[in-house]
Amino acid sequence: MSAPVISPMSLPAPGPAPDGPARPVLEVEQVSIRLGGRQILDRVGFTLRAGEFTGLIGSNGAGKTTLLRIVLGLRGADGGSVRVGGKPLTRRARGVGYVPQKIQIEHDAPLRARDLVALGLDGERLGPRLPSRDRRDAVARMLEAVDATRFADARVGTLSGGEQQRVLIAHALIARPRLLVMDEPLANLDLRAGQEIVELTSRVAREQGVAVLLSAHDINPLLPVMDKVVYLAEGRAVHGRTDQVVRSEVLSELYRHPISVLRVDGRILVVAGATVRAEAFDAGERDVRADTAARPAGLPEVHAG
Amino acid sequence: MFAPFMQDTWITAGIVAVIAALVGFFVVLRAAAFTAHAVPNAAFAGAAGAGLVGVSSLVGLGVFSLGGALLIGLLSRKGRHDAVTALTVALMLGLGALFLSWSTEYAPEIYSLLFGEVLGLSSQDVTTTAILGFACVAVLACVYRPLMLSSTLPEVAEARGIRQVRIDLLFLTLVALATTTAVPVVGALLMFTLMIGPPAAARALTRHPAPALTLGVLLALATVWIAIAASYQTDWPIGFFVGVISAAWYLLARAAAAVFRR
Ligand SMILES: Nc1ncnc2c1ncn2[C@@H]1O[C@H](COP(=O)(O)OP(=O)(O)OP(=O)(O)O)[C@@H](O)[C@H]1O
Ligand SMILES: [Mg+2]
Repeated sequence: MSAPVISPMSLPAPGPAPDGPARPVLEVEQVSIRLGGRQILDRVGFTLRAGEFTGLIGSNGAGKTTLLRIVLGLRGADGGSVRVGGKPLTRRARGVGYVPQKIQIEHDAPLRARDLVALGLDGERLGPRLPSRDRRDAVARMLEAVDATRFADARVGTLSGGEQQRVLIAHALIARPRLLVMDEPLANLDLRAGQEIVELTSRVAREQGVAVLLSAHDINPLLPVMDKVVYLAEGRAVHGRTDQVVRSEVLSELYRHPISVLRVDGRILVVAGATVRAEAFDAGERDVRADTAARPAGLPEVHAG
Repeated sequence: MFAPFMQDTWITAGIVAVIAALVGFFVVLRAAAFTAHAVPNAAFAGAAGAGLVGVSSLVGLGVFSLGGALLIGLLSRKGRHDAVTALTVALMLGLGALFLSWSTEYAPEIYSLLFGEVLGLSSQDVTTTAILGFACVAVLACVYRPLMLSSTLPEVAEARGIRQVRIDLLFLTLVALATTTAVPVVGALLMFTLMIGPPAAARALTRHPAPALTLGVLLALATVWIAIAASYQTDWPIGFFVGVISAAWYLLARAAAAVFRR
């Protein structure tokens, strides 16, 4: 199916503001939070610009969901600030679309994919609303953009995980946000479905000029589309271009522990320990090369704790 | 049974059915059937207590329905929703038993409070019911979209500025309102079947939200009116018919859906 261009709609608020690429969409500064006696986030900071695709990478329990919930205004932090489109976060996260990791909609709920996407237009508004042609068209265009037209009239609860992801992306993007936040969208998908979702998100986000902040524990599915990475470990974050951040010496400093970054057939393996390089070579893997190059200029800052 | 003195009964029951089905649509969507069972139990205690302190039973119904609903809402924020609801049911049934033991009401009145009463409605009830019904429809029309969103994607709704706590309490207030109007007609014990059966049947038959709402209302209307007629003819309690017919819609709808899906 060809990728339709999404034309601007008259109904919802205008999409990404014409700030130009210089204006940050999301500014996270010095965000810290302590939970259950542990410092989950320790002065984490990064900036997202319009249209950028950023992967938020970290292992289980690294604090990805916690950080995203803070960015969405779903929970407070002990310190630091979050600004969206230059404005401090308010209760109503204006201009932020959100795709949660899991949804619980019963399989017999009387709600079609189409209806869920329509709720994305103005689901928070009070007062009665009559159906209109504009709304219907906007929903149809959005469904087409995420390749969901095929199951637009199916009950949301009966859709597969990958299909539901598409509907949720459409739901989040139809209000034309500046920023799309996705929490582990690949967690329940197989490799191919995951790849499709990543590519689709990247394509639609580019068309709309939306910045994407997507969390994942594996960096590899994101490599083809990712502009920047925020790597989360030990409560701290490094932010920068993938090739700047995902390096043995950067991650070793982040984890405060020797880490080897291996590149195998275009995939990245992040493994603990400095000895892995020798072992990998012993195993006779020709393409294995630990990335131990010297730190180039413009190395990302490490938000040390 | 179409005598003038029965006219109010038909109208009141009709309004009750509309409210129950509209609120019931969201009860089923939010998987809150147990709550819809708990609140009428509180209503029962309220009605039993109203006689003791000499206020009208509608006031007792209203106060206890709302109190029970809000109790569930506030306690579930920290604790398990089902445990809180179960304890509320137990507390309210206990209170109801205590109030009854103190009261001098005759057994038939208690019986009708539990299982419904066709002939026990005065003309004043029609006006009150109509006002409550109108309020209920107005509130639902106003909060339809946020309520839909919070019932289907609670986290997304919260991120869009819809406060979960507020919408929960609003929803529980609507359940209390529906209960207050319905218990005098249908009875406390079987009230929740009217809230669950028709909307659950409707959603087995259609996947569009608006038609599901409408169909639920129609089925609820059919339920109460058939129940009144049957109860009038047989002298059996109306609650029995409401319960059986509501459940029957659901079974029929499931069967029909299974046949047509082939
Ligand atoms: N309310 C809370 N009270 C105490 N600890 C909490 C709370 N919420 C989160 N945590 C802890 O914070 C840490 C980070 O959790 P978080 O859910 O953000 O991790 P994550 O990176 O999203 O992990 P996953 O990949 O498993 O989803 C975990 O160790 C978790 O136990
Ligand atoms: Mg998580």
